[in-house]
Amino acid sequence: MRAVSVEEAVAMIPTGASVMVGGFMGVGTPERLLDELVRQKKSNLTIISNDAATPGKGVGKLFDATLVSRLTATHIGLNPKAQQQMLTNQVAVDLIPQGTFAERIRAGGSGLGGVLTPTGVGTLVAEGKRQIEIDGRPYLLETALRAQFALVHAFLADYLGNLSYALTSRNFNPVMAMAADTVIVTAEHIVPVGVIAPDHVVTPAPLVDYLITNPNG
Amino acid sequence: MDAQEIIARRVARELKAGNLVNLGIGIPTLVANYVSPDLKVFFQSENGLIGTGPIPEQGLAHPLLTDAGGRPISALPGASTFDSAMSFALIRGGHVDVTVLGGLQVDARGHLANWMIPGKMVPGMGGAMDLVSGAKRVIVAMQHAAKGKSKIVKNCNLPQTSDRPVSLVVTDLAVIGFPNGNATLLETAPGVSVGEVMAVTEAELIVGDSVPEMKI
Repeated sequence: MRAVSVEEAVAMIPTGASVMVGGFMGVGTPERLLDELVRQKKSNLTIISNDAATPGKGVGKLFDATLVSRLTATHIGLNPKAQQQMLTNQVAVDLIPQGTFAERIRAGGSGLGGVLTPTGVGTLVAEGKRQIEIDGRPYLLETALRAQFALVHAFLADYLGNLSYALTSRNFNPVMAMAADTVIVTAEHIVPVGVIAPDHVVTPAPLVDYLITNPNG
Repeated sequence: MDAQEIIARRVARELKAGNLVNLGIGIPTLVANYVSPDLKVFFQSENGLIGTGPIPEQGLAHPLLTDAGGRPISALPGASTFDSAMSFALIRGGHVDVTVLGGLQVDARGHLANWMIPGKMVPGMGGAMDLVSGAKRVIVAMQHAAKGKSKIVKNCNLPQTSDRPVSLVVTDLAVIGFPNGNATLLETAPGVSVGEVMAVTEAELIVGDSVPEMKI
């Protein structure tokens, strides 16, 4: 793990990159990284995120600045700008069930080709997918999902990069921290090694590539 | 008592001591208001919490503690938090005893449509498909009709949420179940006759010799 400024970290993300962003309706989202993506005008992004949050918040900022060309998400109903950009074909949107979203990312980070889920059988979600019967019950084959970058927000990060999370801001952050080539982390608090007890580490340090430093020392 | 309160009070009676319950947005959220704390029902919020509590008092909200709509909530003693893969493993894996969801349509065999209106409303299914596919019991809490049109239909013309039928539908007029896969009128709301229910229901309902009145 290397500690870098937010400017340095975002400079590594090319235009057109695929980027997973942690958070649920903007809660547990690495806001400083999103602000910097907007400042550096990284466009044509493929975003993998549970939702589009709301305008001005979380991933919503990327839609405000029209930086997204593809979105994989579970729900965008609370962001009228994202809806608008989907309806005018500015953004290609793939809407998938939330449990499937979580499992596809988990599979991507776990060396699995995909998962079999009953969710979506007999619905529009099943279109174009392989259906496999096991013990007489139908399942959809849902393939693994990975990205070039994962932008993760933790509650505590220690100097090595061990992470723990708080309350409902954990959501998709731990699974995304396993499913990208490069993992970049912001934290509410950066603390000395040992402050997070081994039993309380959720994302172990070797998974983290870059930790964003505090702006004021 | 208004329609929403009738529905919420009746659904609340379906929850048993110690149940793990997921409540959707809208009328389902109101159900928690009519469940006695003595029952020790656990409410799950699918963004990663079991043990949701009421909206915190002014000034006590925590930005990292919200419901699935992103609104501030509190957590009760004994609450637990987890990631989204775990949250949906609980849902799909049959660990959630009851899920209560809103509905746009339910057909005569219990199929629910509640996630999109093609060309009009395409917000995404969020957790709805997993909840209907995986929870032990699926209860739909909705108004019986919208703009004069029955929401209990012969066939859904909106996209289905799951091919698994729901367990129970509770409306402001009736309770409908699906024994043997066919819509059956189980109860009528206070002051509502069987004939009145039938008159505003598009799907054919099986009706027994006597239909009891809803207790709320």
